[in-house]
Order: sequence, then C-alpha cells, then structure tokens
Amino acid sequence: MHSNVSVLYRKEVSSFFNSPIAYITLIVFLVINAWFFTSTFFLINESDLRTLFSVIPIFYLFFIPAITMGLIARERNSDTMELLTTIPISDSEIIIGKFLAALSLIGTALLFTLVHFFSLLIVGNNIDIGAIISGYLGLLIVGAAYAAVGIFSSTITSNQIVAFLISFLVIFIFFILDKILIFIPGFLSSIFQYLSIDYHLSNISRGVIDSRNIIYLGSIIAFFLLLSIRTLEMRRWR
Amino acid sequence: MIEVRNLVKNYGNVKAVRDISFTVENGEILGFLGPNGAGKTTTLRVITSYLSPTSGNVFVDNLNVLDNSMEIRSLIGYLPEMNPLYHEMNVYEFMEFVANIRKFEKSKFKSRLSEVIELCGLKGVIHKSISELSKGYCQRVGLAQAIFHDPEILILDEPTVGLDPNQIAEIRKLIKNLGKEKTVIISSHVLQEIQATADRMIIINEGEIVANGTIEDLMSGFKGKTRLILELKNATEESISKIQSVNSEISLADIKTQGDSIVASLEYPNSLDPRQNIFDYALENKWTILEMSRHKTSLEDVFRNLTIEGGADA
Repeated sequence: MHSNVSVLYRKEVSSFFNSPIAYITLIVFLVINAWFFTSTFFLINESDLRTLFSVIPIFYLFFIPAITMGLIARERNSDTMELLTTIPISDSEIIIGKFLAALSLIGTALLFTLVHFFSLLIVGNNIDIGAIISGYLGLLIVGAAYAAVGIFSSTITSNQIVAFLISFLVIFIFFILDKILIFIPGFLSSIFQYLSIDYHLSNISRGVIDSRNIIYLGSIIAFFLLLSIRTLEMRRWR
Repeated sequence: MIEVRNLVKNYGNVKAVRDISFTVENGEILGFLGPNGAGKTTTLRVITSYLSPTSGNVFVDNLNVLDNSMEIRSLIGYLPEMNPLYHEMNVYEFMEFVANIRKFEKSKFKSRLSEVIELCGLKGVIHKSISELSKGYCQRVGLAQAIFHDPEILILDEPTVGLDPNQIAEIRKLIKNLGKEKTVIISSHVLQEIQATADRMIIINEGEIVANGTIEDLMSGFKGKTRLILELKNATEESISKIQSVNSEISLADIKTQGDSIVASLEYPNSLDPRQNIFDYALENKWTILEMSRHKTSLEDVFRNLTIEGGADA
C-alpha cells in the first residue's frame, strides 16, 4: 500500500472509532440484523443465512451513507481540507485512503455478523458453506460500490446531511431498479436489470461468480472514485 | 526564491487577484499587508497549491505550481488563516500524522518533536485533545504543524489573529527567529504586525500591489506632513493666524477655543522643523504654551492612504 494512502487510512479509521457515530451505526446494524436472523432461524427453522443476506442490502441504504457522509464534507466544513490539500498528498491518494477506511468499517460490520454463521454451524445441518462465502463476498463488493457513491456525495457538498441524502438517493435508485421491472417497457428491462446492483448481488450470492457481475460492480466503484477525484481537483479551479 | 508572475485569480466574476508579480528572496521575511478581502489569502493559497491560478504562475526554485505541485508542497510549511486542526486528535497524534504524511524519518521523530515543542511552547499540552485547547494554544499547534518538517519556506496567513498581546509578542519573536534561516511570507491586515516582523513589505489592495519595498522606502516615498498641535493661553486667534510669518510653509489647519485657551493645529512638510521659531514667536507675543506636540505622518497613514483612498501618489 502506498505510504500516503496508509497514513491517511489510519487517520480515518482511528477517527471513525473515536466518534460515537461509528459505534451507534454499528450497534444498530448488528441489532437489526440479529433480529432478522434469529426470527427466521428459530421460527422457520431455516439453516442458512438467506434472510440475513437479503436484509443487509436494505440496511446498507442507511448504514453506508451514514459512515461516508463526513469523509470529505467534514474536512471541508472544518477547514482541514486546506491542510489536507496543501501537504504533499495527491487528490487520488486522499480519495483512496478514505474509501479503504470506509470499506474497512463495512468489513468490520460484516465480520460481526459472522456470529450468526457460527451459531448456524453449531445447530444447523446441511449448511452450504460455499453459498455463505460467496454471499459475504457479494456483500463486501456491493458495500464497496455503495461506499464509492457515498464518498462522491461527500465531495460535492460541505454539508453532511446533504451528502447523506444524495448518497441515499443514488444507492436507492441502484437498489430499486430490478424491483420495478414490471413497470418498465420490455426493451428497456434488460438494461435496467443490468444496471441494478441487487441483480448482480443476487447472482454472486447464489455462488455464480460471473465476470459480468464483477466487471459491473468494479466499474461502479471505479466510476464514482474517479468522479470524486475529479471533483476534488476541480475545487482548485473554482 | 519564490517568484509570482502575472498572477490572476478570479472566482466567477469576482476578480480576487489582478495580475500581480513579485519575488521573495531566500532568507527574506516578506510582509504581505492589505485590508480584509484585498487578495492576500488568495495569493498565498495559489502559492501553496490550495487553489490553481486563473492565469499566470508561481515559481519556487525553478519549479512551478502547475507542474510540480507535490515538490513545492514539500518545500513549504503553511499555516492557513483558518488554522486547520483535527479536533478529535490530541496534539501528539496530530504531530505524528503531519510527520508521517510529510515522510519525516521515523527515527528522528522524537527528537524533532521535542525541538518543536520547545520552539512553539507546547510543553504540557502534548497529550491534550486539540478540542480542549485555547485559541492561543491552537495557533501554536498550527505553527508547529507548519514548521515540523523544517521547511525552507514558511507561509503564515494572519498568524496572530485572535491572540492576546502577550501571545502576539511571543509568536512574533518566534517568527523573527525562524526568519533568520528561512524564507517567510507573513500576511496581516495589521500594520504593526508586519512592521515588527518583516524585512520588506508588499501592500496589496483590491487584488493589486500598491506598494512594495522596505519600511524606510515606503516612508520616504510618501511626501507626508507633520502636524503640530499647540495649546495656548493669552493668545488671540488673530495673532495665531499670522504664524505664517515664521515660515511661509506653515499652514494653519485648525483652530478652536477651549475654555480660556486656544488649540491650534499647524501643518508643515516633514523636511521642516520650525518648533524653535514657533516658540520664539510665542514668546514675542507673550503667549503661554500649555502644550506643543508633534504628530509625524506614520506608516499607518501611508497604509491608509494607499488602501482606503487608493492614492497612487506614493
């Protein structure tokens, strides 16, 4: 890892865990997931993580905008942007360092949900471990795509609430696209489906890791990160 | 050496800096003086790569900010006007962050840290959270941030704003000391600040340089007048108005009666000192002099003249 990126990454991660917002969102994330997991686990006697995997993307809608909203907006709001952009660190290093920090927090949240996986291992039978691994992989990649959207929203405003709302809206559109297919004229529906993040996530979660899905999610991440870097550069020319 | 060449910076339709050029020699302390909104901060922000110029360029040792931004940034220590600090960190963590991002050698960190603590007077607060520090200590932390990597060039934007007189004196002393080895640009809207620290000053107003030179240069270039205030007893307005007979270059600027004494303001060129003749004249007329005080045109007047009246006669 490039040293500038790693210095900034460590700063971000430690400031995450120094702020109550990280703990609050993490706890809410875990409590809600635990409720969804245990309710089906004990009531329906299902020994898989399907419900969990279908609830997490919905929770992402709030969780990821909440942890990314301040990444750039707060630096701008508290004037530390002037420090950050006049020390020898490039705009792309700033964005990548912060992106990786957000991804680590998402990873940490996912890591905590492994507790459900272990309880499944103890009491369940016929567990499809492959599906669970690919499910987690899919959630991590989708989390990365949403985090890229979140960082971009944070670069275009100095108001964290506005940043939250913009990333929520964009993520919501990506999320909803394949759920409104019945309202879409036939010739467009395959495009809409391809643009929907959930469609790709469900493919990956089924254990079918297709290059199309990876390329799609990879391009979403790259697109929004590049857009963020450009926005940061443009600020100098305002 | 820093060379600003034909720098223009517009914010939309607002022309913040209009085609200015100047150089700063190595080891010089340059004062950058101007009223609020004159374009000081904008100019410094272009030099430090925070903003890009609309046109023109800034050269630092043959590097320029458009092509060699990273190299220039590592040569500069910058304390912005809105002293940027991470309030969630403590002072030690902040210094560590700054040192790491500047790629300061890890083995030398401890010794440099104690030097900087000594220089900036940060003893006792190093493990305190920045959010708990007073304004004065925050400013010291900001200065410590700027000098930590021992930069060749130090750029300080309004470094003493909001400090109490003792702190101001301390910071000025510190800047003077640093300026012995480094190239320093210090900006301020307070004349005394620049007078106390800088070797040379540039006065900027509405995005243009209106004066550039040493304090002596600026003073001598400005044809000011001396004002002499007299408070007299036993004098009549009529006899005072004849004071021009002492020297034809003296003029009576103002005269008013205060109780049983008269206060007269006389003006004459700085090159003249007719006080003894005026005293003799007063004796001749049997005036009693209660007060005679002289007010030389100060640099303050020069500054005001250049920036408020926009006078180009300096």
